[in-house]
Amino acid sequence: MNKPTIPNSFRTGPDEQGMFGIFGGRFVAETLMPLILELQDEWNRAKTDPEFRAELEHLNTHYTGRPSPLYFAERLTEHLGGAKIYFKRDELNHTGSHKINNCLGQILLAKRMGKTRIIAETGAGQHGVASATVAARFGYPCEVYMGATDVERQAPNVFRMKLLGAKVNPVTAGHGTLKDAMNEALRDWVTNVEDTYYLIGTAAGPHPYPEMVREFQAVIGKETREQIMSAEGKLPDLLVAAVGGGSNAIGLFHPFLDDKGVQIVGVEAGGKGLNGDEHCASLTAGSPGVLHGNRTYLLQNEDGQIKEGHSISAGLDYPGIGPEHSWLKDSERVEYVPIMDDEALEAFQLLTRLEGIIPALEPSHALAEVIKRAPKMRKDQTIVMNLCGRGDKDIFTVGKILGMGL
Amino acid sequence: MKTRIDSRFEKLKAEDRPALVTYFMGGDPDFDTSLEVMKALPAAGSDVIELGMPFSDPMADGPAIQAAGLRSLNAGQTLVRTLELARRFRETDDETPIVMMGYYNPIYIHGVDRFLAEAKEAGVDGLIVVDLPPEMDEELCIPAIEAGINFIRLATPTTDDKRLPAVLRNTSGFVYYVSMTGITGTAIADTSKVNTAVQRIKGHTELPICVGFGVKTAEHARAIGATADGVVVGTAIVNVMADAIKAGKSAGETAGAVTALVSELAKGVRESRLATA
Repeated sequence: MNKPTIPNSFRTGPDEQGMFGIFGGRFVAETLMPLILELQDEWNRAKTDPEFRAELEHLNTHYTGRPSPLYFAERLTEHLGGAKIYFKRDELNHTGSHKINNCLGQILLAKRMGKTRIIAETGAGQHGVASATVAARFGYPCEVYMGATDVERQAPNVFRMKLLGAKVNPVTAGHGTLKDAMNEALRDWVTNVEDTYYLIGTAAGPHPYPEMVREFQAVIGKETREQIMSAEGKLPDLLVAAVGGGSNAIGLFHPFLDDKGVQIVGVEAGGKGLNGDEHCASLTAGSPGVLHGNRTYLLQNEDGQIKEGHSISAGLDYPGIGPEHSWLKDSERVEYVPIMDDEALEAFQLLTRLEGIIPALEPSHALAEVIKRAPKMRKDQTIVMNLCGRGDKDIFTVGKILGMGL
Repeated sequence: MKTRIDSRFEKLKAEDRPALVTYFMGGDPDFDTSLEVMKALPAAGSDVIELGMPFSDPMADGPAIQAAGLRSLNAGQTLVRTLELARRFRETDDETPIVMMGYYNPIYIHGVDRFLAEAKEAGVDGLIVVDLPPEMDEELCIPAIEAGINFIRLATPTTDDKRLPAVLRNTSGFVYYVSMTGITGTAIADTSKVNTAVQRIKGHTELPICVGFGVKTAEHARAIGATADGVVVGTAIVNVMADAIKAGKSAGETAGAVTALVSELAKGVRESRLATA
């Protein structure tokens, strides 16, 4: 692959066609194209509309509970004996993860566009819960597509969605995970184009979704900048976040992309190891291809058929990645590394016992990377990790693996 | 450059009858059976053949075509083998147009230029790639036109008059009008609405308009053929194949079941203009 020249800024993308270098774009059926253009117009108007921003900020503050704290993990730092470790605690948000940041933004757009029905896809169920939550808050009917495998391993979230009044549609195609749920949501959208708003949960899909979701999640990075400056008087040396589709990561990373001194690492799900097919490390072990409306790194075979991934964490179980991450990888601004299931599981337990925080399995991957890096860094250096979700939903999965009856 | 598609529609215009366009999934349930089906189509009354390229994630297709793609992939079908189907078909038929239909990723991974050269050589006349709207024309549409292969675009009920010119700009061969919003094979088209839409598109282009999605019976074919220049049938054929496969029928019997349906549809198409005359 040709090495792209280093741009003056890493924060200007995407271009008008929705491209980040060769990545991104609008690879969708013609039926959806007029809707996507309509969404783009509305988004362009909304993002510069002070009223829209004020309404979103108000909801972020009073509904979600933003800003989320930046927490110095004193005991973990001591335990690892290196850099100071801070957690951006988006797991304390209403609904338990960063997903709500994006859902509030998009539901306000859906309202502006006069749509009357919300659909969403979900993997771990965090986005499904957040979608069902905002749909309840704004009085919309909501249908969530969820892989049948995920319905089973994330039962508490399925129940939450139902309580919130959403209809959960289990998807049995393929392996019954996030990829299949997204196919099914797209099929719904292409059928119900008139009244339906598709609330995509990650910074992927056709333009303008990757940009739009990033902007709604960038509140994480913006707050982090202010909070770390007031805590440490300087920017962090390292940012770490888990990437599945990549929305929490791009939200933390984006405001720091042009700060050369800030090293940035995205952590993919290495599953059972990169040698076989049982992982979701699309950036580390995949190649560029076209799926779900965008060109990005994908797990695929030599015939261009998409592979099923595997991860202990349903939220990372996706064979693709947001297009901006693909571009950040190729331009070498961000380093992407895999973490295996067992490493994530160990990190999950360590944090629970040392800090009294039960993390979701997704940020447990990021944490496992922090555990590797912190001891090799100086004590005057700082790491910020996005603790993007809480682990309540995962206790059954973890209990099963650890052989502990619940 | 005149393709087999252009010649075929000229001929049909002279006969004053619409085309019957038949879709099937290449490699379903295996290479040999699908080749036998393909070879049987023209004699049964198919005027244009749509050769489906299987894809693991067919986001615009309903359950029937998804399942057909999966059967095909499980039997080892690849893009190279689908091109081989076209090549083998051309050994005995040099007139019936072949349009390959599917999704972009397998072509992108194979390499656009390499794919176009091999498709041309195999006797492929046109392409329908569902996930490449006009906004992405640089990817495949323009290279295909330069390679002498028609790029057939889908127009849908959401394609309004403002957008139609952009959709039609680089379209050649024919225009595929999708009769409804939705995935393949679901609802039955409301024929009067469809006919209005066909007239609307005809106001923008000289190209033949073929209508698909939801056409299942000879009755539908007859009604839609009254105004459209062609009637596309896909899911109904795929369903007949699925039934034959499920019943453990041989390749010959499966092809026979498809032939029976296609003959009936062809009869419907051929009667459509007589009914309005």
